[in-house]
Amino acid sequence: MTYRNPPTTPRKSATFDDYTLSEIRRAAATGIYDIRGAGAKRKLPHFDDLLFLGASISRYPLEGYRERCDTSVVLGSRHAKKPIELKIPITIAGMSFGSLSGPAKEALGRGATLSGTSTTTGDGGMTEEERGHSKTLVYQYLPSRYGMNLRDLRRADAIEVVVGQGAKPGGGGMLLGQKISDRVAEMRTLPKGIDQRSASRHPDWTGPDDLEIKILELREITDWEKPIYVKVGGARPYYDTALAVKAGADVVVVDGMQGGTAATQEVFIENVGQPTLACIRPAVQALQDLGMHRKVQLIVSGGIRNGADVAKALALGVDAVSIGTAALVALGDNDPRWEAEYNELGTTAGAYDDWHEGRDPAGITTQDPELMKRVDPVAAGRRLANYLKVMTLEAQTIARACGKNSLHNLEPEDLVALTIEAAAMAGVPLAGTNWIPGKNGF
Amino acid sequence: MPATKLSETVVHDQASRVFDLDQMSLRELNQALHNLAAGSNETAWEVLNPKGNHSVAVGVDQPITIDVRGSVGYYCGGMNSGSAITVHGSAGPGVGENMMSGSITVKGDASQYAGATGKGGLLVIEGNASSRCGISMKGIDIVVHGNIGHMSAFMAQSGNLVVLGDAGDALGDSIYEARLFVRGKVDSLGADCIAKEMRPEHLELLQGLLDRAGVTGVKAAEFKRYGSARTLYNFNIDNADAY
Repeated sequence: MTYRNPPTTPRKSATFDDYTLSEIRRAAATGIYDIRGAGAKRKLPHFDDLLFLGASISRYPLEGYRERCDTSVVLGSRHAKKPIELKIPITIAGMSFGSLSGPAKEALGRGATLSGTSTTTGDGGMTEEERGHSKTLVYQYLPSRYGMNLRDLRRADAIEVVVGQGAKPGGGGMLLGQKISDRVAEMRTLPKGIDQRSASRHPDWTGPDDLEIKILELREITDWEKPIYVKVGGARPYYDTALAVKAGADVVVVDGMQGGTAATQEVFIENVGQPTLACIRPAVQALQDLGMHRKVQLIVSGGIRNGADVAKALALGVDAVSIGTAALVALGDNDPRWEAEYNELGTTAGAYDDWHEGRDPAGITTQDPELMKRVDPVAAGRRLANYLKVMTLEAQTIARACGKNSLHNLEPEDLVALTIEAAAMAGVPLAGTNWIPGKNGF
Repeated sequence: MPATKLSETVVHDQASRVFDLDQMSLRELNQALHNLAAGSNETAWEVLNPKGNHSVAVGVDQPITIDVRGSVGYYCGGMNSGSAITVHGSAGPGVGENMMSGSITVKGDASQYAGATGKGGLLVIEGNASSRCGISMKGIDIVVHGNIGHMSAFMAQSGNLVVLGDAGDALGDSIYEARLFVRGKVDSLGADCIAKEMRPEHLELLQGLLDRAGVTGVKAAEFKRYGSARTLYNFNIDNADAY
C-alpha cells in the first residue's frame, strides 16, 4: 500500500457561502436583481433574545385561570371623535388586494372580526368583500392612491397614512404583470399585465410640515371622526415617531425590517432598515419625551409570531402589535401539504417567497382564479381567529405570571436580555447582571 | 401667455349661502358642506376671506356651486365629488387633489401638484400651474391656460392634461395611459414619454376639453400630443439607464 497524506476536509467560505454563490450565478445568468416577497430572512436580534422574569418574593402573580387580565386597547383617542376599540392588542397589517387574492382578504377580515380586532387595506384600494367582512377596517392612504376615493375614505374606521414599510423604508410598491388581472387593473387604473412599480413618495406632500397639512385635510374630509395613523418603516424611529406626533397623528405604526412585503428587491429587504427590536425603545422614548406616551398609541410590527412576542413588545411600551406574515401562515401560506407543488417551483414549504409571481400553491398571493379557490375564506378566517386567540392567551399567561391584570401593565422591568445586543436595543439588563449597555456611562 | 387674473368684480348672489371665514371656522364650513343632504336646495355657496386657509371645501359630495372669493392654501377642493368650485384667486399646493367628479376652476395661478391623483372631473387653471401638475392623475381632465412646471404628469395613469402655454422639464416621466396636449414648447420629456400623432379622435377629444374649459380663440390643431412609449411597462434590464 502506498501512503497518502491525510486530505484536508473541503472547506466552504463563510463569506462566499452556498446562498451567496447561487445568487452570484443567478445574477450573472439573468442580469436582473432578485425580487421576492416576505421580510428580512437574516438572523437578527429579536424578541427571542428577551426573557420575562416572572413573579418572585417581591412580585405577586395572578391566578392563571381565575383572575382577569385585560387585553383591550383604544386607538386614536388623541383627536378622533370615534376612536377604535379593540378586544386584543394584535391587529392585521396592511396587505393589498392584488398582492393577495380576494378570498385571502376576505379571510383576514373574517378572522379579525371574530377576534375583535382590525384589519387593514393595502396598496390597491378597498374591496367589497374586505369591507363587508371586517367590522373594523383601517384604510391605507398610500403614495400611489390606487383606488383612493371619498366614499371608501368615509366608510373606513381609521385612516393609515403610509410613509414607508419595514421591508423597504424608502421603497414603493411593486406588483408584477402576472398579478395585474382585469379586476386589479381596473382598481388601480392601470393597463392589464404591466409591471406596476408604485411611487415611493406621496405625490402631494413632502416632509413633516406638509404632512401636518395633509392630515388636517383628511380630518376635515372625514369630519374629525376617524383615527389617523402614520405608518413608517424602521428607519429613524425616534425622529419619525416625533415628527408623526408633531404632524398630528393619533397612532404611529413602526414596522421593523422583518415586516413582510409583497415584492421587493432582495438586496433592499435584507440591507435597508432596522430590526423591529431596535425600533421600539427609540419610538417609545420619542413619545415619552413629548409627553405623548399612551396618548398617541404606538403599533409595532415585523416578525411578531406568538404571545411572547406580543407581551415583550407591550412590555417595552408598545400599545398594540400588527401581524402580516404570521396571519398569512395561519390562512395556509407555505403549508407543507403543497410540498410537491413548491418543489415544482424550485422551492420548499417554509421557504416559498416568490409571491410576486402569482403562482402561490396555497392560493393566497395570487390572482389565478383556480389557485385562489384553495382558500376557503370561512375556514381560513376561523384558523386566523384561533391563532389570534392562542397568541392572546399566551400573552395573558405571561402577564399574569408577572402579576399584571392588563397586558399594558407589563413594563421593561419585567424583562432581561440574553445578549448584549438585545440588552442595548431593548434597554433592559443583560440576564444575571444589572448592566444595560449604553446606560449610566457604560 | 394669458396674464394671471387675480381681480374680478365680486357679484354677491343674494340666494347663495355666504360663509365668511373671518367670522366662522374652516371646520364649520366643511361640516356645513358635508351636512348637505342629497337634493338640498342650498345649491349656491360663497366663501369669503379664505386668506390662504388650507382644506377649503374638501370632500364635498353634492352637486352645488361654491365660489371662493380670494386665494386658498393647500388642498382646496380635495376629493371633490360633484361640486363646482371656483377659486377667485390663486390656489396653493394640491388643489383638487384626488378629485372624483365635478369641477374646480382657479382664476389665478396654482402651486405644485394641482390635480394630483385625480380620478375624474375637470380642473381648470386660468393662470399658470407649478411643478408636478397632474402628478399620478387617474382619470381627471386638467386644462391649464398658462404654463406648467417641471415633472408634470409624472406617472400619469389616465385622463387628459391640456396646456395652452409651455411645459417644464421632464414632462410625463414614467407616464402610463394619460394623454398630454401642449400648445407651446416642452423643455424636455421624461422617461418613456414621447410625442405622438394627433389623430382625428384626439382633435375631437381636445376640442371637447377646450370647450368644457371655456377656452375660446384656440384651435385643437395648434397642440401637440404626448404619451407613453410603453417601453417601460414590463421591466427589462436593458432599459435600466432610462430611469
